[in-house]
Order: sequence, then structure tokens, then C-alpha cells
Amino acid sequence: MGLFKKKVNDFPTPYTVSAAIKEGGFETKLSMIIMGLGNIMHKQAAKGIIFLATEVLYLLFMVKSGFHCLAMLPSLGSIEQEEVWNEALQIYEYTQGDNSVLILLYGVATILLTVLMFWIWRGTTKSAYKAECLDKAGKHVNTFKEDLKSLLHENVHRLLMTPALTFIFGLTVLPLIFMICMAFTNYSKIGNHLVLFDWVGLDNFKALFDSSSILGSTFWSVLVWTLVWAFFATFTNYIFGMILAIVINRKDTKCKSFWRFCFVLSCAVPSFVSLLIMRTMLQPNGAVNVLLRNLGWIGADSALPFFTDPLWAKVTVIVINIWVGVPYTLLQLTGVLQNIPGDLYEAARVDGANAVQIFFKITLPYMLFVTTPYLIATFTGNVNNFNIIYLLSGGDPVTDLASTAGSTDLLVTWLYKLTIDKQYYNVGAVIGILTFIILAVGALLTYRNSKSYKDEEGF
Amino acid sequence: MAAPKQRSVKRTKMINNTIVHVVLAILAVIWVFPIAWVVLTSFRAEKGSYVSTFLPQGYTLANYVKLFTDTTILNFPKMFGNTLFIAICSCILSTFYVLAVSYCLSRLRFKFRKPYMNMAMVLGLFPGFMSMVAVYFILKALGLSEGGLIRLALILCYSGGAGLGFQIAKGFFDTIPLAIDEAALIDGCTRWQIFQKITLPLSKPIIVYTVLTAFIGPWVDFIFAKVICRANADYYTVAIGLWRMLEKEYIDNWYTCFAAGAVLISIPIAILFMFLQRYYVDGMSSGAVKG
Repeated sequence: MGLFKKKVNDFPTPYTVSAAIKEGGFETKLSMIIMGLGNIMHKQAAKGIIFLATEVLYLLFMVKSGFHCLAMLPSLGSIEQEEVWNEALQIYEYTQGDNSVLILLYGVATILLTVLMFWIWRGTTKSAYKAECLDKAGKHVNTFKEDLKSLLHENVHRLLMTPALTFIFGLTVLPLIFMICMAFTNYSKIGNHLVLFDWVGLDNFKALFDSSSILGSTFWSVLVWTLVWAFFATFTNYIFGMILAIVINRKDTKCKSFWRFCFVLSCAVPSFVSLLIMRTMLQPNGAVNVLLRNLGWIGADSALPFFTDPLWAKVTVIVINIWVGVPYTLLQLTGVLQNIPGDLYEAARVDGANAVQIFFKITLPYMLFVTTPYLIATFTGNVNNFNIIYLLSGGDPVTDLASTAGSTDLLVTWLYKLTIDKQYYNVGAVIGILTFIILAVGALLTYRNSKSYKDEEGF
Repeated sequence: MAAPKQRSVKRTKMINNTIVHVVLAILAVIWVFPIAWVVLTSFRAEKGSYVSTFLPQGYTLANYVKLFTDTTILNFPKMFGNTLFIAICSCILSTFYVLAVSYCLSRLRFKFRKPYMNMAMVLGLFPGFMSMVAVYFILKALGLSEGGLIRLALILCYSGGAGLGFQIAKGFFDTIPLAIDEAALIDGCTRWQIFQKITLPLSKPIIVYTVLTAFIGPWVDFIFAKVICRANADYYTVAIGLWRMLEKEYIDNWYTCFAAGAVLISIPIAILFMFLQRYYVDGMSSGAVKG
């Protein structure tokens, strides 16, 4: 219900684009075509020239390559690279064929640039209208120097956000849109579509949802395991970390900081190092099996199948995740635990509750209430937890040779295998989108309804 | 009547305490064991990854020496240099981005604020490296995928999404009383001055936390580094180097060196971490967990 609140404009201003169209003078209207003209005519020459230069640069780019990129986008190119015999040099030469990847990339980039340009255009129109209104009313029109100065004060967010936003759009949003587009093409090693490919609509989604095919059945099994993994990984860590924090924080526990140090020590080692160490220790001839053999608990030649039996492997990754994650949980929850009002405990003790009851009736509900956002973030993080699976088991063991995923593969590691190893870029992109949808549906609703989102302003 | 009961209460308490301490000791051993083992392995004299004894037969420093002198196959010193350079640059960039964005979102009210926060949340739900292949193509199109520019490419990668990780720092800025800002505004400070002279000096824990996480990033990531470096071994980072040492063709000769390398890069990070643990926890609990 909170999702569809009526939009309220918190920042009313008389200088909008529609007002400029309706009430602007001829110079304002003209500056919709020749950007910056209005500003130049109203004492803001420097600002106007910058606007004009932006427009000229954009148009130059569009004429030079932009329109070509856009025109190629629907077909994604069709000219194959060919060998041509060069008589003069007596060698084969390769003609420049079309490269669909680059066509798609440049096309998406051009569209993004055009959207950006439209946004700038809106800004300039508003700016021209504002300059016109102020100038006609005889009010003070900001000089260029004053405009620059405002960047340090009322417009400081522009100054501070722009660099970060440039990076985000260039290195996160653009690639993401590009990958999403890929899901609707046949860019894949299958059928040799690595250089030239076409739009195929929703075919990839259909193939993935078709549970009779290998791809489809793999998808469902990987999806189920991903959810199971995320659930166990999140809650085992949470509960275990909390119990540990409670036990260490107990009044009667001696050397609290020593115990904490022991657990936090493993936090200080980079996780990829400790994961690689764990992997080698759990190999058939690794340290753990050697230790067990020396102790005589298992036969001299036998080994526990940590990563070779599907069920063992699944349990192993979850257990190791406890090892990796609990210190972090311990660190984070210790502070929150100390904030639980002490009188709650006293009241419970007076009523004769034992430790287990206190934990389930007071500690756990309180913690769940306070740390819901943290739990959602952890759950999301675990669904996308690439490192632990890739470094520990690599998705092994592979039980079904025909499928492309092993039994501990998560959606993300499967995505990695499909794109990097197999070069099925389109299927990889589809999996990425589906992962996103699954997470979005769950997380967005919970976030929106969580207390800390609603009370965001109420700090 | 009262005395025996008191004694039995005392006894149960003592038994409980003993059990708790024994369990804690066992758990502590489990947690420290792998770390102890890798430190032992880094001093192990006998080569190879498969050993029949748990404790090393002989101790030596040769593994550390080899790591820094044998540069023919895996050039560890160079990787170390690469990673240090990339880490410092991307740390500066990302810290600036995170702090600037968090300050704006926490202190200023502008039109783009809510949409930006929603956008960050949505982007955070995509698998992080789903766009990795595309990032590679973009960097290639910009001509950054060959030679020394690979370092720049990696710096861009690591700091690219930094502006999206503002939640913790924003949560911290939210706790600084608004009254301070208002007082400064009345005294004629500009917003920029407030950011620079008031907010930043008050936020030492969160700055430390941001610097720390940004600095550690390049040391522990190897997916991006691997995809972007491809076969350019000259620009490998430490993480790829260590990972390669465990590949089939190297593991027999390099296994103990891997342990040595792991110890070496863990030590500075561990020291930083221990030293800054308080800040780390402060940052986490004030930012991430908000009731």
C-alpha cells in the first residue's frame, strides 16, 4: 500500500518546463532549440555559452557516430567478417565485419547519453526561463561567479554527487542495461553467435522455464538450493552468533576480551585467504583428513568426502560459512544486545523464566525487531554470495554431466560459469535478471514495510 | 534449610560456568585452528601440498625468501606493488565518493534524493558481477584493457560503485545533531564548509571504517581482477597470485609459499583490523542496525 503513495512535490518552484513553454518569452522558447540563448540574452553569457557548447558537442557526436549507432541497434549488424585475397600483397586480408557486441554497447551508450542530454535540456530551459523572469521583474540575476559560489552552498549536492554519479552511470548502470539487453539476444556459443547475434525476444526466458530441457531442470534445482543456502547461511550465522555473543557477555564469563579476540582473529584474515585455506584443509589428503587418520578415527586410506559427495558438500559449505560469518555477526550483535533494556530480563526472572525461555521470548523477538534491515541485507548478500561457493567447492561435485551446474552452485556461480567459462552470455544475463527479480520482490516489500525505512526522517 | 539450597545453587552455577568455559574453549580452538595451521605451514620445510603429518617436520624461512626472490613464474613482489598502488588510489576515490554522497543524502534535501536512494537499493539487488563482462567491454572500448592502463581500469572498477554504498556512513551522519549545522549556518558557514570543517572532523570512526573497507577491497577481490587482467600476468594482484599458487600446475612447488603469502597479506590487514576494531563496530552498529 505504501508503494503507491501519491507523489508529493516537496520542492515547488515556479520555473518549470511546462511554465516555460506556456509563458516564456520568444528568447526562452528559442533557447529550447538553441540552448543557452536565453541565458546569454539575460546577463548570463558564460552559463549560456557552456549550454550552447554542450549542445554543439552532442550534435557533433550524434552526426559523427551517434545516429549510426542507433540505426544499427535494431539489426545488431549483419556483415560477416570475410577473407579477401589481396593480389598485390599476396596475402589474405580480413574485411571489417560487424561486431554485434560493440554495436549493442555503443547503441545503449548513445541512448543513455541522449537521456542525459534531454535532462540537461530541461535544465537549460528552466534556467533560461528563470533568467528571463528575474530580468524582466528587475531582480538580480546571478552572475557566473555567483553560480559557481552556489555550488559550495545551496547547490553543494550537485558538486558532491556528480563525480560519484558519473562513475555509477558509467560503470554500473550502463553495463547493467547492456547485460539486460543481452538477455533478449542469442549472444552465445551455441550456434556460434559470438560475433554476430540478433534479438530473439523472450526465447531465452522460455528455454529456462521449460522444465523438460536440461537448462530448465538445472535452473530449478539451482534456484531451490540457492534459497535453501541463503536461508541456512543467514539464520545459522545469526542465531549462532547471537548465542555466542550472549554467552560471552554473560556476567559470570571470565576473560571476555580474550574469547572475543579468539573469534575476531579469523575476521582479520581476508576471507578469500581463509576460504582457500579451508578448501585445502578439507581435500581428501588435506590436513583434516590427515589429522583424523592419525587419530585413528577413520581408516588409513579413507577420507571424508567433504567436497565429493553432494550432500556432504552442501553441509560443508554451510558449516564453513558459519566459521567465516559468525565473528562478524558477533561483532555486530554485541552492541545491539547490550541495548536490550535490563528490566525486561529482571521481570522475566521474577516470573521464573529460565534461560531458554528468556532467549526465545525476549532476546530473539527484540533482536529480530531491531535488526530486520540487517537480516534482509544479509539474506540478499548470501543469495549473491559468490566468493564462498566459488572458492570453496567451485560448485562441485558435478552429479549430472549434461548440466552446466554442480550441486553446490548458486545462481551467481552458475551465472559466472555460464558467462565466463561457457560463454552462454544470453542465458547468464537471464539468470542475473531472475536473481534480481526474486530478490527485489522479497526485499523491496520488506524494506518498504520495515520500521527504519518508514521512520527514515524521524531520526 | 536455607544453607543446603544456597550451596546447591552455587554448585549448579559453578557447573554451568565450567561447561560454558569448556565449550568456549573448544569453539575458540576451532576458530583459531585454521589460522594456526596456515602459519605453521608457512614455516614448513618439506614441500608439496599433501602431507602425512599434521605438524611440520622441520621449520624454515625459505618459503618467505622464495616468495620474494623467485620471480620467474609468479612475480609476487610485483603483484604486491600493483595491489598496493590500486588499493591506495581506489581507497582515496571511494572514500571521497562515499563520504560526499552520504553527507548529501543525510544533510541536504534535494529533488533527486529519494530517487537516488531507491536507485541504489535496486542496483544493490543485482548480482554484483553480472555486469562484469559489460564493464570489461566498456573498458576495452575506452582502451584501458591493455598494458599499464589495466591498473587504471581496476581502480575504476573498485571505486565505480562506491557511491552506492552510502548506507552505513549516512546512518552515522544522521546521528550528528542537526543543531550543529544550523548554528554554523547562522554563523555564515557555507554547506561546503560545514561538510569540511564540522561533519568530517566529527565522523572519525566512519571515515576510518570507509577507508578501511575501501582499502581492503582490492586485496581480497579476485573476480574483477581476473576478468580484467586476463592473461596479463604483469598486472596481477595479490589475490590472483595466491589463487594461482593453488592451481594444479603450481601447487606442488608453491603450496608452502601460498601459506607464506597468505600470512604476509593477512598481517597488515589484521593489524589494521585489530587497531580499528572499535571504529569498525561503531560504524556498523550505528549505521547498519537502526531500530
